[in-house]
Order: sequence, then structure tokens, then C-alpha cells
Amino acid sequence: MTTLLPTTTEPVKLADKRRNRSHGVNRKSNPIAMGIGGVLIFAIFVAPYLLMLFGSLKTQQEITKIPPVYFGETLNFSNYVSMWSSNVHPSDGLIATVVIAVFATVLVLLVATPAAYYTARFKFPGKLAFMFLVLITQMLQPTVLAVGLFREMLQLNLNDTWIAMILINGAFNLAFAVWIMQAFFASVPKEIDEAAVIDGASKVQVLFKISLPLVWPGIVTAIIFTFVSSWNEYAAASVIMTSNDKQPLTVSLPRFFGQYSADWQYVFAVSIVAILPVVILFAIIEKRLVGGLTAGAVK
Amino acid sequence: MAVTTATADTAVSAAPAESKKPGRFRETLAALPWLSPALVLIAAIVIYPAGYMIYTSFRKFTKIGVETGAAGWSNYKIALTYPGVNFPKVLMNTFIWVFVVVVATLVISLALAQFLNKTFRFRKLVRLAVIIPWAASVVMTTSIFFYGLNPDYGLINKFMVDIGIIDAPIGFTKSAGSAFVVAIIVAVFVSLPFTTYTILAGLQAVPNEVVEAAHMDGAGAAARYFKIILPYLRPAISVATLISIINVFNSLPILKILVESPGYDGDITTTLIFKYKTTLGPGVSSALSVMNFLVVLVIIGIYLIVVKPMKDRT
Repeated sequence: MTTLLPTTTEPVKLADKRRNRSHGVNRKSNPIAMGIGGVLIFAIFVAPYLLMLFGSLKTQQEITKIPPVYFGETLNFSNYVSMWSSNVHPSDGLIATVVIAVFATVLVLLVATPAAYYTARFKFPGKLAFMFLVLITQMLQPTVLAVGLFREMLQLNLNDTWIAMILINGAFNLAFAVWIMQAFFASVPKEIDEAAVIDGASKVQVLFKISLPLVWPGIVTAIIFTFVSSWNEYAAASVIMTSNDKQPLTVSLPRFFGQYSADWQYVFAVSIVAILPVVILFAIIEKRLVGGLTAGAVK
Repeated sequence: MAVTTATADTAVSAAPAESKKPGRFRETLAALPWLSPALVLIAAIVIYPAGYMIYTSFRKFTKIGVETGAAGWSNYKIALTYPGVNFPKVLMNTFIWVFVVVVATLVISLALAQFLNKTFRFRKLVRLAVIIPWAASVVMTTSIFFYGLNPDYGLINKFMVDIGIIDAPIGFTKSAGSAFVVAIIVAVFVSLPFTTYTILAGLQAVPNEVVEAAHMDGAGAAARYFKIILPYLRPAISVATLISIINVFNSLPILKILVESPGYDGDITTTLIFKYKTTLGPGVSSALSVMNFLVVLVIIGIYLIVVKPMKDRT
């Protein structure tokens, strides 16, 4: 194990780091230049979403006005009410997206945790092959295999079902979860497990009672990853989910800014509703996110 | 360290769950209950469809998708020579897409992470702003740009006219070349949060004492960065690169939404697969998918050789 470990195991090192962060070579930075840089970065990253937010508060006439106007006459909050009964039917897409993402995440946790734990803890013939398989899977995305997945689901009669999408998102996110959780399990000193084993605990008990509580930052990272990537999945869903009312938002939303309709105010309002909870979640766990990635990154 | 390992080994062999006589086969067997859910899922949803896709690529289909027999290499031939498709151009686009998006994402992320690692007012707020494109769905982010770049009512177009970058609104998404460039910018934009955060995490592992020492010894800022900080960042960069490569192949909706122009000049191999799927059926699209798959494997191979991510994992 190298320099970085999850918080719980090496408090001394962490304290060191915190001290280092606050001063050092960085101290000579010009506060004004830093301020301008900060404002600029903030503006670049926020601007598109501000455009989205203000767009969601315009009327259809205002948002497609030629020439365009930056702001509408009034802030049309009623869009957030009327969108539910509009032809965009956001509730269908939202439900599909949430169901697929949540169940795919649960599937990944159930499948990845034992594999990550075992490979981090025990040596056995075939481990290298397994990790290699995981690594290869990690680099493949549904996009690359979409045509094959479509044919397979047709064969299994799972076409146009959420189950197909849950399986696909689960399988393609499994690898990253195993990879990152393995790094966390490996960083928990073996002695802790072994003490429990000596006291008569089984491997399963050790996993649930001892290791899991210690590696939860890794689990959080794995959850976030699977969730966001399932939330975002487009390629497989676009070929497998053919019924309009079962499609996740990624597939259903683009229909509403096609050539013949431009209900941009609804597209944006739905997007804001879908994005906001995730942004808030990320804001809450921002610190943990860095910690979680670190374990993966420093391996 | 040696002491720890020794204790560990003794403890493990004392544990009842471990086999006393370590038959190699039995050890693998003991691992199976823990690994099999993952193995089953990978076999069913990754390996099987890959194999099925290869099989399909050699089968003949009718217009409505009924399988009629063996096709030899004809699907491959059609995929490469379909009228209207300038295949070398598509291939070139694919390489530009992968290379530019990955390299630009990395370079910008390195700078961004370096900046966000310094202390300044409202740093937390700026860091949060950088995370937004990650939390937002790619389709939704792309839709903003698609709307904003509309030549008639797009506000990004209007903004660029107002600040004097362009004279009149341009239909960026209407022609293949400019649409492709816009798509690259959006792809980099949505990839930045993850790579930046990974590198930011990596920066925490750079011991400041070493950087300070180099500073004392008279190393300039550039020397400190390239000779000390960058080598420490290597693991973080390798993860960031990997994820960028994955993202690049998964950014299909960006191109699909932004490239409005007819024809195939703004396509990369992945978007072409989806066009073939609707126009030419499962055989030809599978054939192109298999070729695309091979390209991905080559890129993965290069990554494995250059970065060696299997180190420390066994």
C-alpha cells in the first residue's frame, strides 16, 4: 500500500496532510488573480445550467422568439406545474430513470461487494484472470455492444423491459465498483479481520460486521458511480426501450426538441427537476467523493 | 512490514475457513461463491452479447430482420463500402474524437485541479460548480448547447454576437464540420468534473515537504511541476485517462443530438453503427460493431501496456 488510505486507518497521515494543505509553496498566490480565476471557472461551469434554469421559466413564445431575448417578461414558474400534463409526460421518464438507476445500483452492490472483498483479502489461483476480466469489462460500455445486447434481449424476450436495462447497467458498472471497493478492502489491515476470525466469526460475518463499516467511503463512491452512469445511460436504452411510456429520460427527452416540436421550456424544467437532487447529493458528499476517488487513484 | 505479513499468514492458516492443505483447486473453489455472481453477470451481459454480435455479423437478414442464412464477409463489405459513407473520413473522425477529447480533458483537468488545490475565497463554491456537469445527465447538458446554438433563437449564438466573437448567428449544428467541433467541446466539458476530481485527489498525495525542498534548492515552478508533482500524479492520471477513454466511447448522445447535418461526415464509428442499425439491419450493424469493438480492444491494449494498471492488484 502506498501513500493514501481511507480516513479510518491512518489518522496520523491524514492530520499531516491537512496541515500541509493550508500553507506551503501555495502561499504566494496572488489573491486577486486567484479571485478572477475562481469567478471565471465558476461562470463557465454554471452558465449552461443558468441558461437552462432561465429557459425553464420562459413561455414557449419567449424561448423560441426570433431574435432571442435573454430574459422573459415574468418568471413563469407555472411551467413546473403544467409540464406534468404536457405532451412531454415527464413522470414516465422520471419513474423509468429512477427505477432503472436504483435497482442497477442495488444489483451492483450485491454482486460487487463479495467479489471485491474476497479478491482483496485472499490469494487464489485464477485471481489474476478474474481481475483482468474485470478490467476489460470496465473499459467496455453498452455503446460498444449495443447491437449485441439488443439481439440478446430480443432472444430472451426482455426487449423493452426495465429488467433488461437494470441488468445491462448493473453489468457494465460492476467492474468499476469491484475495482474501487477492492482498493478500500485492501487498505483495511488484515489483522482486524483475523482477530475476528480467531474469535470465531465466519468470513461472511467479518465482511458485514467488520470490513463493510470500515470501507463505507468506498461503497459511497461505488454507489455514486453506478447511479450516475445508469442515470446517464443512453445507447442501450435507445435501442432496447421502444415504448415511449417506458423510456428513461435520456431517450424520451430528446424527442421534444426534434424538428417539429420545440417545447424547450418543458425540456429544461424537467431537466432541472432531474438534475437538482443529484447536484445536492454531490454537494453533500463532495469531501467523501474526493476521499473515495483517492483510494482508487493512488493504487 | 515483513513482520506484519508473517503474523497475517500464521493467522490465516490458523483460521478454520482456510484449507489446511492448500490444494490449488480447492482455493479457487472456495473463491467461487464470492465471485460467481459477478462472473455470471459479466458472462451473461458482456461476453454473451459480444459473441452473439460476432455470430450475427456473419448472418444474412431480410429487410424486416428475419435471419436467412450465412453471409460470409458480405456484411463487413457493405459496412465499409455503403454508398454515401466515406469510411476513411469516419475513421479519421473517430481518431480525432478519441485523441482530442482525451488529451484536452486531461490537460485542462491538470490545470483546473492545480488551481482548485490552492486556497482562495469561495473555493468550495467553485469546486461545487465544477461538479455540476457530472451530476447533470449528458443528454440534458447537450440539449442546452443544442438549444443555445440554434441560429434563430439560440442564446449562445446571440451572446457571441453581442460580445463580438461572431458577426451574425451561425448554424453551428447544421454542418458536419462545425457540429463536430461543438460536440468535441461539449464532450470535454462533461468529462472535466471526474478527471479534475481524480487529479485533485491525487494532488493530496503529493508531499509538500518534497516540493518545498525542491523550491529551496532553486527549482523553478515549471521544474517543480514536471519533475516532482507530475510523477506523483501518475496513478491519478492513469485512472483519469481510463475514465476519459470510456467516456469518449460513451458520448454517443452528444454527437447524435448535436450533428444535425445529413450524411455521414460528422459520424464516428459508434454513431455510424446506430445509423446502420436502422437503415441496414442487424447483420451490417453487427459487422461494424465488431470492427469498432476491435478498435476499442486495441486502445485498451495500448492503455494496458503503457499504464500497467494490473500492478499492485495481485
